[in-house]
Amino acid sequence: MSARRTCDCSADTRTLLACSGASNVGQITNDVAKELDAAGEARFFCLAGVGGHVGGMIESVRGASQVVVLDGCPVACARKTMEAAGLTNYEYVVVTDLGVEKTHNFNLAADDLARTRAAVRAKLGPAACKP
Amino acid sequence: MKKIQVLGTGCPKCRKLAENAEAAAKAAGIEYSLEKVTSINDIMKFGVMLTPALAVDGVVKVCGKVPGVDEIRAILS
Ligand code: SF4
Repeated sequence: MSARRTCDCSADTRTLLACSGASNVGQITNDVAKELDAAGEARFFCLAGVGGHVGGMIESVRGASQVVVLDGCPVACARKTMEAAGLTNYEYVVVTDLGVEKTHNFNLAADDLARTRAAVRAKLGPAACKP
Repeated sequence: MKKIQVLGTGCPKCRKLAENAEAAAKAAGIEYSLEKVTSINDIMKFGVMLTPALAVDGVVKVCGKVPGVDEIRAILS
């Protein structure tokens, strides 16, 4: 964890949670979340921690300035995980809604990644922190 | 005895949260202990990725903001 994610009150806490599922579309959510985190546009956060009901993780998501949840397909595992944790305030992207067909091929197409990246960027608001 | 923990590496917001927590505990008239958890490794054990954070009896209640005295008092009661 870098310093910007701990006690930096001006930190940008826009947060991404990805289903990271075992399909092309699931892995696209994972790759795009990693890329945007590496680019400093948002921070990629552990959906498994939310699913595991780790209190600090759930509260960290609740405290984020903005949350975007990424699901690969309409099964909506990430959204259901959020709902089960009582987290309802987030933007939402489903990769198959962007015209990407779900397969079990993990050689991800650059065009599919680009489309998803653009959709997530469109949902991300400006950098901000909660008062 | 309530165990109040303020999680954060020590920026002004963390210090303000500790002050508010202390004031809330005093106003509530409860027995309490107040601990500042400043090590990033210890903070991470709570799953907290956003500080300052407040835990009561080991349960994280608030992350990423400084709740007011009244809000903390409600959490403690
Ligand atoms: S939403 Fe779809 S791609 Fe993602 S984990 Fe669930 S089934 Fe897999």
